[in-house]
Amino acid sequence: MRNDAGGAPPRLELRGITKRFPGVVANDAVGFSVGPGEIHALLGENGAGKSTLVKIIYGVLHADEGEVLWNGQAVSLANPHEARRLGIGMVFQHFSLFDGMTVLENIALGLEGKPDMRSLSGRIVEVSKAYGLPLDPRREIHTLSVGERQRVEIVRCLLQDPKLLIMDEPTSVLTPQEVERLFGTLRMLSAEGCSILYISHKLQEIKDLCDHATILRGGKVVGECDPKVESTRGMAQLMIGAELKTLSRRGARPKAATRFSVEALDLASDEPFGTSLKRVGFEVGAGEIFGIAGVAGNGQNELMRALSGELTVATASSIRLDGKPVGNLGVEPRRALGLCCVPEERNGHAAVPDMSLASNALISARNRMKLAAKGWISRDATRAFAERIIQEFGVKARGPESAARSLSGGNLQKYIVGREILQTPEVLVIAQPTWGVDAGAAAAIHQALFNLAQNGAAIVVVSQDLDELLTLCDRLAVLNVGTLSKAIATADASLEEIGLLMGGLHGMTPEVPAVHGELGQGSGQHVA
Amino acid sequence: MSLKFEPRREIPAWLVYGTPLLAVALTILSGYFLFMILGLNPGATLYIFLVSPLETQFGLAELAVKAGPLILIATGLAIGFRANVWNIGAEGQLTMGAIFGAGIALAFWGEEGFWILPLMFVAGALGGMMWAAIPAFLKTRFEVSEILTSLMLTYVATLVLSILVHGPWRDPEGFNFPQSRLFTEAAILPVILEGTRLHAGAFVSLFAAVAAWVLLTHTVTGFQVKVVGQAPMAARFAGFSQKGTVWFSLLLAGALAGLAGMIEVAGPIGQLTPQLTPGYGFTAIIVAFLGRLNPLGIILAGLVMAISYIGGENAQVYAQLPQAATGVFQGMLLFYLLASDFLVRYRVRFQSTKARDAKPRPEVAAA
Amino acid sequence: MMDFLVLITVSVVIAATPMLFAAVGELVVERSGVLNLGVEGMMLIGAVVGFGVTMTTGSAVLGIASAALAGAALALIFAVLVLTLMANQVATGLALTIFGIGLSALIGAGFVGMPIAALPKLFIPGVSDLPVIGPLLFQYDAMVYLSIALTVAVGWFLKSTHAGMVLRAVGESAESAHSIGHPVIRVRYLATLFGGALAGLGGAFLSLSVTPMWAENMTSGRGWIALALVVFGSWRPGRVLLGAYIFGGVTILQLHAQGSGGLGMGLPSQVFTMLPYLATIAVLTIISAGPWRGRFQAPACLGQPFRPSV
Repeated sequence: MRNDAGGAPPRLELRGITKRFPGVVANDAVGFSVGPGEIHALLGENGAGKSTLVKIIYGVLHADEGEVLWNGQAVSLANPHEARRLGIGMVFQHFSLFDGMTVLENIALGLEGKPDMRSLSGRIVEVSKAYGLPLDPRREIHTLSVGERQRVEIVRCLLQDPKLLIMDEPTSVLTPQEVERLFGTLRMLSAEGCSILYISHKLQEIKDLCDHATILRGGKVVGECDPKVESTRGMAQLMIGAELKTLSRRGARPKAATRFSVEALDLASDEPFGTSLKRVGFEVGAGEIFGIAGVAGNGQNELMRALSGELTVATASSIRLDGKPVGNLGVEPRRALGLCCVPEERNGHAAVPDMSLASNALISARNRMKLAAKGWISRDATRAFAERIIQEFGVKARGPESAARSLSGGNLQKYIVGREILQTPEVLVIAQPTWGVDAGAAAAIHQALFNLAQNGAAIVVVSQDLDELLTLCDRLAVLNVGTLSKAIATADASLEEIGLLMGGLHGMTPEVPAVHGELGQGSGQHVA
Repeated sequence: MSLKFEPRREIPAWLVYGTPLLAVALTILSGYFLFMILGLNPGATLYIFLVSPLETQFGLAELAVKAGPLILIATGLAIGFRANVWNIGAEGQLTMGAIFGAGIALAFWGEEGFWILPLMFVAGALGGMMWAAIPAFLKTRFEVSEILTSLMLTYVATLVLSILVHGPWRDPEGFNFPQSRLFTEAAILPVILEGTRLHAGAFVSLFAAVAAWVLLTHTVTGFQVKVVGQAPMAARFAGFSQKGTVWFSLLLAGALAGLAGMIEVAGPIGQLTPQLTPGYGFTAIIVAFLGRLNPLGIILAGLVMAISYIGGENAQVYAQLPQAATGVFQGMLLFYLLASDFLVRYRVRFQSTKARDAKPRPEVAAA
Repeated sequence: MMDFLVLITVSVVIAATPMLFAAVGELVVERSGVLNLGVEGMMLIGAVVGFGVTMTTGSAVLGIASAALAGAALALIFAVLVLTLMANQVATGLALTIFGIGLSALIGAGFVGMPIAALPKLFIPGVSDLPVIGPLLFQYDAMVYLSIALTVAVGWFLKSTHAGMVLRAVGESAESAHSIGHPVIRVRYLATLFGGALAGLGGAFLSLSVTPMWAENMTSGRGWIALALVVFGSWRPGRVLLGAYIFGGVTILQLHAQGSGGLGMGLPSQVFTMLPYLATIAVLTIISAGPWRGRFQAPACLGQPFRPSV
């Protein structure tokens, strides 16, 4: 391990960091150290406490116990200013950017003191070029792609000449090509002596990039290893704390009748900075799981709304359910015909956080499950249905009267998915089925989707997580700037091919070294 | 020792309905000091304010007379607030309801007929709905904030009323006073308690509140209102129309406020005057919140607020307290209520800092 | 004719100034992401305190300063409720208005009908006595110039200073601002207090200059119109200034129409009194409905509560 070399103190050392939130210990006596120039991975599932920990290091959150040492000296990190003064920079998972302001203003806001705007503009161009992250300081953030927004965050850190750069799940929004480009920048920084704390749950990435890994589970450090040596399977088991369970997948199926089809779907976005859909088309057969991949913001929200009926389209025939045109129908008429949906956002879209689970059952199941008749709600039927979802999907909740917000993310997602699946839909459209969900719940949800398909339903999965799509789907297509690519069978898809489809927008074609083919096969080891 | 606030995961019901009592208590306490500052005998003034309205049968009847319109309006507003529709122009809708109701009463002045009162009810509700339809249309069609439009229309309604009572509807035998003729018997609500002003309108309020409670708790429409208000995206997902909910809640609130206005002119006032109410349309906003936007709670809240009106009038007579004191009380009550909501949503914990200080690590990042 | 036009213009400026003060203050509040609907209440408190202090001490400067403080004090109640105790902003703003109307009436009960000298007009020899230009530009009292200076200062502050940039950032995304270390709650407190102070000044101008007297509810909706002006001005000081003068114009038109017997149309005077209110509705509709509405974006975080976790 590099940080032991030469007896110099590590750049960053954590000792016994503990942070409690109501009802949960997010970090429990966490300790590890990062040497100068080291790329150190912090590995763990969603909810393992990684984000909390790095927010403590960056001064956004305060630890209840424990201490932080910087170059061997105990330091107090009351706020991000103090962290930045020490030389700590951070790139947030959900970017800390201001959409209506320019790149220049966004960067100035993240620097110490009151920078001179004119000379800052010059420095941004200079630094962004030097590290291969071209940026125009005058553009407003909302006009940038997700990858470009991340560049803004990184350049903001680089301008402060950081000694430690924290990257929180930086690749979850990037195409494989963009990922490779980012890694190039990070290796360059490491070579210059900047330490990097790299947070991820993607094992292959960590193997490719990092010198050392600390593995968190349930807020505790459960292991350390050299990811170059340790197998991905070994790391995965440490991360999950159990033997990996293999999903019982269906075998190859004969080609079945088309149940759900979309044809030449055009749709103008209803959001100020949204992406309009252009001639989107695909078909899903009975028992098939069809994936829609793509980086967020390429029209996924619009597509979900068009498929669910939240937005209707003028040409009814552009969406067909068992041959029947439904494009001009709203949410409830489509549901009556058997089209159920799980939107991406749990809180406030798929569920109302402040309402009980029973009330949340009414949201989408009131007509199909006869929970209400002629405008009157049957409380008994509603409660019984909520109880059934809780039972059959193993939702950890006190009962149907518990507020949705009192459930953990994974449990609420199981409840929502259960609510739709128990309605025995003919077609299920589901977005990000396991976003922010722990491995146990993710496996249960995946299994439920397999079972539903087994019974002859057609399923559409919209996800940014390629590994998940490769695990779940029979075929997939990529959504890019509102256009859907041709569908490819997952069995013969290479990650490289999908990645190129995803990156079409950014024009970063082959000058970037192609992604290694084994990444694709690595998907089985990745914990969805 | 330091204070720490933690969001509650589950909210106990006793807190939700207990905090309004806390708010009332704090308002009374503040009133005590306010009266002291104003150089009054605080105990005696509070007695006049709070207890004297309850001492006589007439006082109790008067309580119901004042609480009636407050409950009726607040019920409508509460359903709107639940749906995140901020109609603050109930006073204008009330005025329009009164004008429409009075229009019928004056058109059939001197005539007999059991149908006159029912027709006035319909007209009053329609008048209020018509006035509320304007912000509803502007909000659903052009996304104009209903807060400002509904309020601006209140000023306009008051001026329309002023035009009518100064001009075409002025009582020809009224010595040029700006008011209409006194309605004739067929257009006056029957008094239900001899010797008081308590009239049949009180039943309308009670019925409306109970019906609204049933609507909110047992029907899909009520559920729709709540979902649209709490999570618009979820409402869309549920197939509930956002615009439909805006129309529904504004028209309902307009109808109830219009009814309240019509009941005022057909009940205690008996004619159209330039100043119909002491701001019932605005006070009803406080009543709605004090009742926790729950129609049954609103019945209680309406009675509490009615006490403050009658107490204010009594205090004006017996303690020379300006009438504006009532408004101060009402504002304070709403402040305390909103503040006490914090206790509902957050748990306050006293945290001993000693435990942490005991460990000798001065530079540890501490909260 | 020229004299008449000058006279009209001057009265328009004077009628506009209370709304300009309040609207510019509210603009700063809203740019920080806070929606304070209590402008009417804060203006009334400013009006009564400004009047009362000026009358009892004889010092208009003291009166004006007290009015600003009183407005800020009321805004502080709002800030504590909304920023610290996370109360609903709409409801709290309404409570502030109801409270302000009541409290101002209570304080002002003894001042009703009392006379006071209007604020003195500034007179700069050599400039103020120029024909046309002099009365048009250089014969107002100091508060008119203050209102314009504050508008310019707020514009400069938001556009060109670091603190102004932080304020805009806080209104754009409180979450992001907090995560990179900007004190969201402190910025919002300061903005809210500033807004209250300016509403107080607007009220004081009303009771010391426009109509030098105190009457219950004398703002008669100007606070609400100021709120509409912020929307009309699409959160930019220059446009708010323009909007305020247009509304000043509507007010004056209305008064003149009444004075001239309803422009000979025989309409009752109330029809003209309605004009500013109807104009507000019309303007809000045009702003929201036109093809240009995409360009009038409210601060992204406007009205949303924020509580940092630490």
